[in-house]
Amino acid sequence: MITKRIIPCLDVRNGRVVKGTNFEGIRDVADPVEMARMYNAAGADELVFYDITASFEGRALFTDILTRVASEIFIPLTVGGGINTLDDFDRVLKCGADKVSVNSGALRDPGLIPAAAQKYGNQCVVLSADVKRVDGQFRVFAKGGREDTGRDALDWIGWAVEHGAGEVCLNSIDTDGVRTGFDLEMLDAVAQRVNVPIIASGGAGKKEDFLELFGHKGIDAGLAAGIFHQKLLTIRELKEYLNQNGVEMRL
Amino acid sequence: MIAILDYGVGNLFSLRSSLAHLGLDAVVTADPEHIRSADRLILPGVGAFGDAMEKLTAAGLVPVIKEQAEKKPLLGICLGMQLLFEKSYEYGEHEGLGFIKGQVCPLEPDLADPALKVPEIGWNALHLLRDDPLFQYIHEGEYVYYVHSYYGKNCAESTLAVSDYSIPVTGVVRAGMVYGTQFHPEKSGETGLKLLKAFAEL
Repeated sequence: MITKRIIPCLDVRNGRVVKGTNFEGIRDVADPVEMARMYNAAGADELVFYDITASFEGRALFTDILTRVASEIFIPLTVGGGINTLDDFDRVLKCGADKVSVNSGALRDPGLIPAAAQKYGNQCVVLSADVKRVDGQFRVFAKGGREDTGRDALDWIGWAVEHGAGEVCLNSIDTDGVRTGFDLEMLDAVAQRVNVPIIASGGAGKKEDFLELFGHKGIDAGLAAGIFHQKLLTIRELKEYLNQNGVEMRL
Repeated sequence: MIAILDYGVGNLFSLRSSLAHLGLDAVVTADPEHIRSADRLILPGVGAFGDAMEKLTAAGLVPVIKEQAEKKPLLGICLGMQLLFEKSYEYGEHEGLGFIKGQVCPLEPDLADPALKVPEIGWNALHLLRDDPLFQYIHEGEYVYYVHSYYGKNCAESTLAVSDYSIPVTGVVRAGMVYGTQFHPEKSGETGLKLLKAFAEL
């Protein structure tokens, strides 16, 4: 049967992988190509790269890194960050990305989702949503979690899936970086709303968090950054643990 | 030399890179002369069946594929595998290349477990039903990466391997020298590279 997926996320700024906490406190971690090699060897099922660079030079460095990774690592690669137009899709797909993740760009111009799905197929379009509880409602945030859009997250995610998003990556701002477990309540709400694969992000602190996550129906993948980058948990160790506990893994 | 057939469908970066990684010469081409002089062919593809058949036809590739498939190994990948079938029911009814007896049908109505998601996206174990030189470097149960909403059906006589998605999903087919994989070998890590290497040695 199809396995659950473990996905390390690499945030790249000016050619280096960084990891923030609660969307703040950014610090340098390592060389992205080296890390991609290491994660591939450790059994990562997929890699996600977010370009968090603002400058033109940084963007050129990013596409260079992506090309280098895609030339030697043959597992699915998802790219996000700064995707605002179909030209942005084109730019990263040409460098070897398989899927493209849209977030703020799609909030500004929702038409980007159906246009990209039409051109590249739904399987290529991943909706990444940064979601936080505000006044008892799940609210979508833009600009890396800094700006409350006022939109209901479930409505937004539902709309995006109906219009061509083939996967949803749900980042809970409430649990991001705190390492006390995934936001299961938020994930359940999204899983009840849509029937495309859901990637859970934000809150992983230990291997038990992933076991609990995959006990919830409709969650297909777990994404994390810090715990893998800082070697608090290796992907190999995590996958062996999950497999021993009845979760099918690619080992 | 491997000719990757170019008809304007799909992203060929990973396929080209994985062949280069294996030290294999490949050219992306729609030129019948290149296709005739190549020693094997790969038919890639992502997207919708009808649209892809139209593009293959418009590029003038259908007769040359049919002629060359009798002379050298051909590998269809993902939609490229589906195009090898007689017929597809994706958005209407479309004729395929007809190498593999059977039809391409939507997964969703056939799934025994309706809670499973369509498209099937992810890694699934490949169960080998028959010995084949294509499998010389892999073992039973290795994982390969699938992304698809349609699958090959009524093709038991051509099926070499399947994956379990509450029903057996056609994973690898063969008729003569024509092979097809529903999954993406160029995205299936070491297992995929081993399949491509075996294809290059057929």
